[in-house]
Amino acid sequence: MDILQEIEKDGLKAKIPDFSPGDLVRVYSKIIEGEKSRIQRYQGTVIQRRGSGIRATFTVRKVTEGIGVERIFPLHSPLITKIEILKRGKVRRAKLYYIRKRVGKAARIEEKRE
Amino acid sequence: MLGLIGRKIGMTQNLREDEGATPLTVIEAGPCFVVGKRTVEQDGYESVQLGFGEKKRVTKPLEGFFKKSRVKPLAHVFEFRTKREGQTFISVKLGQKIGVEIFQKGDRVDVTGWSKGKGFQGVVKRHGYSGGPKSHGSMSGRIPGSIGCSTTPGRVIKGKGLPGRMGGKRKTVKNLKVLMVDPERNLLLVKGAVPGSRRGLLLIKTR
Repeated sequence: MDILQEIEKDGLKAKIPDFSPGDLVRVYSKIIEGEKSRIQRYQGTVIQRRGSGIRATFTVRKVTEGIGVERIFPLHSPLITKIEILKRGKVRRAKLYYIRKRVGKAARIEEKRE
Repeated sequence: MLGLIGRKIGMTQNLREDEGATPLTVIEAGPCFVVGKRTVEQDGYESVQLGFGEKKRVTKPLEGFFKKSRVKPLAHVFEFRTKREGQTFISVKLGQKIGVEIFQKGDRVDVTGWSKGKGFQGVVKRHGYSGGPKSHGSMSGRIPGSIGCSTTPGRVIKGKGLPGRMGGKRKTVKNLKVLMVDPERNLLLVKGAVPGSRRGLLLIKTR
């Protein structure tokens, strides 16, 4: 298995901000449309992080106009230029799937205070 | 036309800005040694016998076979055809070492392996039948349905897909692109999946 890790090493990003489920993040991803490319921002709550090495992904959920939207980003993708942490969430589990069934006030996540 | 014997190490992916995530398989390919040759004069066809992998216990007859090529006894020996119509014979010497250098980035290869045994499987998994409806009173969940006609022809057509043992067979995946060659570590990276489990034996051939 260590050979696989060695091969994956080249594609890994050196610096990844330390974020965890429950955090409110803003993800800057590059969108390539033919010749042109632009940066798209996507803001929401991290509801899960999974996988290891280059296969690691994270899911960001937000609610737009009453419709829940979830996007899965590959953590090490070169298309993700920046991950900004806006708020730390206080949660008690690693996967926040329960939030999908909650609406409005019930879907809030308490902010973590140090 | 020449090939190599190797082992599957595992799969991972490549993240690229232009292509997104590309699945890739890492293969430990070679080093192989030429342990025998077949010639038109003697055998009616041209091929090379390659050996791969260390063999710990060797019987006397095998020892004699490997003596001819003066290589250490090897665990796996396979024959690779070296001549096809319109292609020229690649000359190799007995005992010669052949490594991943025979491949280049961008080459297309065929990879043969032994697929994972799946046991006795039904028709949905084994042959991709769609099965029947799952609800509304239906009782034909994963059954194959009719397997043929009536009096004419009065038999089931040969080759009809029915339940049975699945997997554990020799399978070849054709036209895989070589993404990277590492002669130092004897590694070969190809795009896509390859039959068999990790550490499973593979035959890699040029197209």
